[in-house]
Amino acid sequence: MAYVAVKGGERAIRNAHAWLAEERRGDPAVAELGLDQIREQLGRAIDRVMAEGSLYDPDLAALAIKQAQGDLIEAAFLLRAYRTTLPRFAHARPIDTASMRAARRISAIFKDLPGGQTLGPTYDYTHRLLDFELAENQPPPDAARARPDLSPIPRVPDILGREGLLEADGPVDAEPGDLTREPLSFPAGRDVRLQALARGDEGFLLAMGYSTQRGYGGSHPFAGEVRMGEVSVEIEPPELGFAIDIGDLTVTECQMVNQFKGSKTQLPQFTRGYGLVFGYSERKAMSMALVDRAMRAAELGEDITAPAQNPEFVLYHSDNIEATGFVEHLKLPHYVDFQSELQNVRRLREAVEQREAAE
Amino acid sequence: MNDTVSSPDPHAARRHWMSVLARAPADAIEAGLARDGGLPSWTVIRGPEIGLAMVRGRAGGSGSPFNLGEMTVTRCTVRLESGIAGHAYIAGRDERRAELAAVADALLQDPALAGSLHESLIQPLADAQREQRLSRAEKAAATRVEFFAMRTMRS
Amino acid sequence: MNAELAPGFADPVRAAQSCFRAVLDAMSHPGRVAHVAGVAAQSPLCVASAAVLLTLVDHETPLWLDPDAEPARRWIEFHCGAPIVARPEAGVFAFALSLPDLSQLSAGSHESPETSATLICQIGALDTGRHFRLTGPGLRSATTIAIEGLPPGFVTIWRRNHAMFPRGIDLILCAGDQLTALPRTVSIEEV
Repeated sequence: MAYVAVKGGERAIRNAHAWLAEERRGDPAVAELGLDQIREQLGRAIDRVMAEGSLYDPDLAALAIKQAQGDLIEAAFLLRAYRTTLPRFAHARPIDTASMRAARRISAIFKDLPGGQTLGPTYDYTHRLLDFELAENQPPPDAARARPDLSPIPRVPDILGREGLLEADGPVDAEPGDLTREPLSFPAGRDVRLQALARGDEGFLLAMGYSTQRGYGGSHPFAGEVRMGEVSVEIEPPELGFAIDIGDLTVTECQMVNQFKGSKTQLPQFTRGYGLVFGYSERKAMSMALVDRAMRAAELGEDITAPAQNPEFVLYHSDNIEATGFVEHLKLPHYVDFQSELQNVRRLREAVEQREAAE
Repeated sequence: MNDTVSSPDPHAARRHWMSVLARAPADAIEAGLARDGGLPSWTVIRGPEIGLAMVRGRAGGSGSPFNLGEMTVTRCTVRLESGIAGHAYIAGRDERRAELAAVADALLQDPALAGSLHESLIQPLADAQREQRLSRAEKAAATRVEFFAMRTMRS
Repeated sequence: MNAELAPGFADPVRAAQSCFRAVLDAMSHPGRVAHVAGVAAQSPLCVASAAVLLTLVDHETPLWLDPDAEPARRWIEFHCGAPIVARPEAGVFAFALSLPDLSQLSAGSHESPETSATLICQIGALDTGRHFRLTGPGLRSATTIAIEGLPPGFVTIWRRNHAMFPRGIDLILCAGDQLTALPRTVSIEEV
């Protein structure tokens, strides 16, 4: 496909940017949005932009959201681009979600489980009624408090795993592939699939996950556990020779427990899907876990009949920055190609008209 | 960071103060150092510079590692006149914080200064951080469901 | 003073960019001598060696250190973050204080000749010593360069390297605050 280089738009582009800046600001009589306001009060937007931008930095995400006028895919794009200007210092040690300081932890498979059901600041029970009082800018009442139990909350997979009911996790010491360094190639290992899902578009993954529940590669999932909270991040700088704790991240984790399968050599067990994402993004974590499980179809001896089970289909289309790049590239000048199409269509029409005239 | 008791770790004290410093605001570090007799002089060896750390998760939570995404990190290495080197790696982008944390790390390695610095700088910061964590835990605890037994409701 | 605690680039962004430009220029115009700056000499590293290492080597580029360059290890590890490999053929970069045996370094493959090692070699001087005549890509006409500190059989060694094209080693020579580059495509004769 030939793109035409076009000159002469510099003034128009400059003026477009100036108008964009004005539109972005909106009515000057209205107070300008501060980054701190976005960071504090639009936390879910921040989390989505960090996850899909694949860069955990709430202040940068706030700036990107302001710059993109709230267009979250555009904001994620900005973070992806900004990432490339920063050197990588280290790989962190894998985070330990078992020692998460969970603000929220629920399970749909056990009612009274060790650690209990803690709702956290959830929307689940809000009835989805628009609250017009929020237009009044009144301070909210203080959150209630109770005496906490600070002991670590056991993982549901560990609870199930004790009886051998749940398939085991893989080897703990493998060095993972990295999509930021090597392009995706197939067959893609689970490590790279999970990385792609974690930075994948929430809407796409939601639809794919939903499709698995509607019979497109169904695996009868149960939400074994969802937890959200802070985990510490540790790195081991070579100059120190020991690991240090550099700060906290909020993550959401989902363990899906799926229909059990057995084989001649193995007793029936529940199989698993896993979701892990930056920030408080439950919908994304749950969708990710559904799609993770679906993409393991081949490994688990299941027929691949549905889009969500096809890693090439899912992973080639899950990155919204890649997707928007190609969709929006159609705006680039395709004048020459179109001219030749135009000529083709005219020629074909002529041929038909001539034939009809002759009859 | 876990407050669990574990096997003897020769670096435990330093890991603890570095963890506290990594979460402390720049002003608090500077005030704590100044309180203890003014800021020393130091040479910057590396940084302060902003970069990335790749965060990893584990499949299933405890299985094979995978790359989750990157986070911003600021690091700095300084050297005091005494020759002691201080290092800091802190989440986020804050060059001044990283430099001050590195200076504090160096000072805390000096046995002559460590005691009073722990009292004036690390302890108050650690207490404040623990308060914050406790506050969140209390709010979470209030949202823990207490299931009623059906029998109780009917009677 | 601990050797590893000497500083790197004072202004990393500008210094690395200008050093990269210097290396690129030198590789594109074999025999051209470029000056670099931005970091103090760090025994045993001269300014140019230190600058080139800071610019090109990082935690994703395995580096093989010739045993004679061992005193530089801690500074390199700290400032470059490079994984230092034990086997010469595993290095994407190699650093030495005198020309090592090129045949032990990776020459790349026919499918991916770019995966070969780039050797950064510190030598005596780039304005005195034996003279070499260079011809080949990047040179409209032959050029001459003076290099002090290469082994006597260098022309033969280089002929072997050059004959492997597209595989082969590319060489960056550093002395004081100067550098020059010999890409594998250049032909070298002694004058």
